[in-house]
Amino acid sequence: MRRRNMIAGAGAAVFASPSSAVESTRIPADLPEGTRAIARFVNLPDKRRLLRLTDRPPNYASPINVFTEAVTPNDRFYVRYHLAGVPSAADMDGWSLSVVGDAVAKPLRLRLSDLLDLPSNEILSVCQCAGNRRGFADPHVAGVQWPDGGMGCAVWRGPALRDILKAAGIKSDALEVWLSGADMPVTDATPPFQKSIPMEKALDTDTIIAIAMNNAPLPLLNGYPARLVVPGWVGTYWMKHLTRIEVSATPLRNFWMQTAYRVPTGLFPVERPFQSQVTETTVPVTELVVNSVIADPLDGNEVDSSGFTIRGVAWDRGAGINRVEVSLDGGGSWQDALLDRPLGRYAYRRFSLQTGFLRRGTYRLVSRATSRTGERQAEKPKANPGGYHNNVPRPIAVVVT
Amino acid sequence: MRLLLATLLAALAVPGSRSVLAEEGRAPLQPGVGEDLTSANCNACHTSDYIVMNSRFLTTDAWKAEVTKMRTAFGAPIDDATAAAIVLYLGQHYAVPAKP
Repeated sequence: MRRRNMIAGAGAAVFASPSSAVESTRIPADLPEGTRAIARFVNLPDKRRLLRLTDRPPNYASPINVFTEAVTPNDRFYVRYHLAGVPSAADMDGWSLSVVGDAVAKPLRLRLSDLLDLPSNEILSVCQCAGNRRGFADPHVAGVQWPDGGMGCAVWRGPALRDILKAAGIKSDALEVWLSGADMPVTDATPPFQKSIPMEKALDTDTIIAIAMNNAPLPLLNGYPARLVVPGWVGTYWMKHLTRIEVSATPLRNFWMQTAYRVPTGLFPVERPFQSQVTETTVPVTELVVNSVIADPLDGNEVDSSGFTIRGVAWDRGAGINRVEVSLDGGGSWQDALLDRPLGRYAYRRFSLQTGFLRRGTYRLVSRATSRTGERQAEKPKANPGGYHNNVPRPIAVVVT
Repeated sequence: MRLLLATLLAALAVPGSRSVLAEEGRAPLQPGVGEDLTSANCNACHTSDYIVMNSRFLTTDAWKAEVTKMRTAFGAPIDDATAAAIVLYLGQHYAVPAKP
C-alpha cells in the first residue's frame, strides 16, 4: 500500500481535537432576501445541521463554525447536486465502474472489490464548489446562492485514477477523460451531468477515485460509493457516484463544459490551463483561488474585552498557504496570524490570532491569505456572470462588551 | 485495510435515502395569476425554492433568460405561451425594475 506518511501522521492530531466553537445560528445578512426566507438549518440522513438552500435537487451548505477544524466531518460536509435524480443507497447495490472510450485499448468493468484490490492513495484535500460565496456577490447573480459553506476538507482514500487508466491501456491520442455519475436528470431532454478533465490532471498521482472519506464510506449525498477526487480543482469535476470513465481523443462538448462553469479568459490566474476546453473568450473554472475564512468568532457574536482568539482556515490551488493576515478594523490595518503546521498542499491550513485587551465597541474582523506563489486574495470582486471564484476578504462584525 | 473498509461498507445502511425529498419544503410561491402554471412546470425538475432563492434581484428580462435556459439548455417541455405566462408571473412577484 502506498501511503502518505504526512497525512497518516497528521490524522490523529486532526481527529482528536473536537470543536469548541459555537454553532452558527445566523443566516448571513448579505444573502439575497429570498434566500434568507427559505434557508434554514436542517438534519438529513447521515447529515447534521446543514444550511438548507434547496431540497430538490439537494443543496446544503456547511455552517461556518465547522471551519475551526482542518478536517470537515462527514456529517457536516456540504451537499451539491445539479439534477434531482439522486440515487438511493439501494440503487448503488451492485455498483460498477466502466472504463471505455475511443482512446482505451482494453475496456474494463470494475467492481468495488476490484478497487479495494488496487494500491490505495490517501490525500487530505479541500473540495469547494466553484460557486461558493456566490450569494455574497454584489450585485447578486442567478444560481444557487451559496454562503461560505459550499466547501469542506476531508481525507480521501482510494486508487489513483492513473492506475486504472494504465490497466485499461491508454492510446497515445488520448486527450480528455470524460466522467459520468449515477445521478440522473428527471427528463430525457435534460443533458446528463457529464464533465471532463485533461489527461495531465487525470494522470496526476493525487487524482484518485475515493471509496473512503475520513476513514468511513462516503455519505450517500457526497457520492457513495465512489467519487473522483481532483485536488486543487473546483468541485464540479469531482464526479459523485462515479459509474463511467470514457477516455477520448476529442474534447467533451456539452452544456456542462461549454456553457456552464466558465469564466472570462484571463480574469483568474491559472497555472495549468485546460487547453482543450479553452476558447478565445472564456475558459473553464478549474483551479481554486486562494481564500480564507474566519470560523470563530461568528458574525454578530459578543466577545470579552479581555481578549479573544480569532480562528479559521485558509487554502489555495495547491501551492500551499504561507501567510494569513487578520484585521480588526475592516481592513485598515493588518496583523500576521499564527499558522498551524501544514497538513498537505491541498488541505486547509488553520490560523489563529490572539487579540489583546480591546475597548468596547463593534469591530470588523477580516482575514486575507497569501499562497507560496505570492497569490493573495482579491481586493475587489472580479465580477463574472456565473459568480464564480469569489475570494474577496469578507468582514464580519463582533461586539466587544 | 480491505477487510476494515469492506466491513464499514457492509455496515452502511442508508434506509430511505429518498427521505431527503420527503422533507422537501412546500412551494412558498406568492399567490397570483400564473402561480399554478409556474409551479406545475418548474416543479417537475426543482422545488419553487429555486425561484424564491433567486429573489429579488433579477429583472424581468433576466427571468426571461432563465426560463429560456430551462427550455433550451435543460429541455423543459414548455411552449411559448406558457413560458410567456411564467415570465409575466416571475416578473410581477420576484423581479426588480430594470435600471434606466
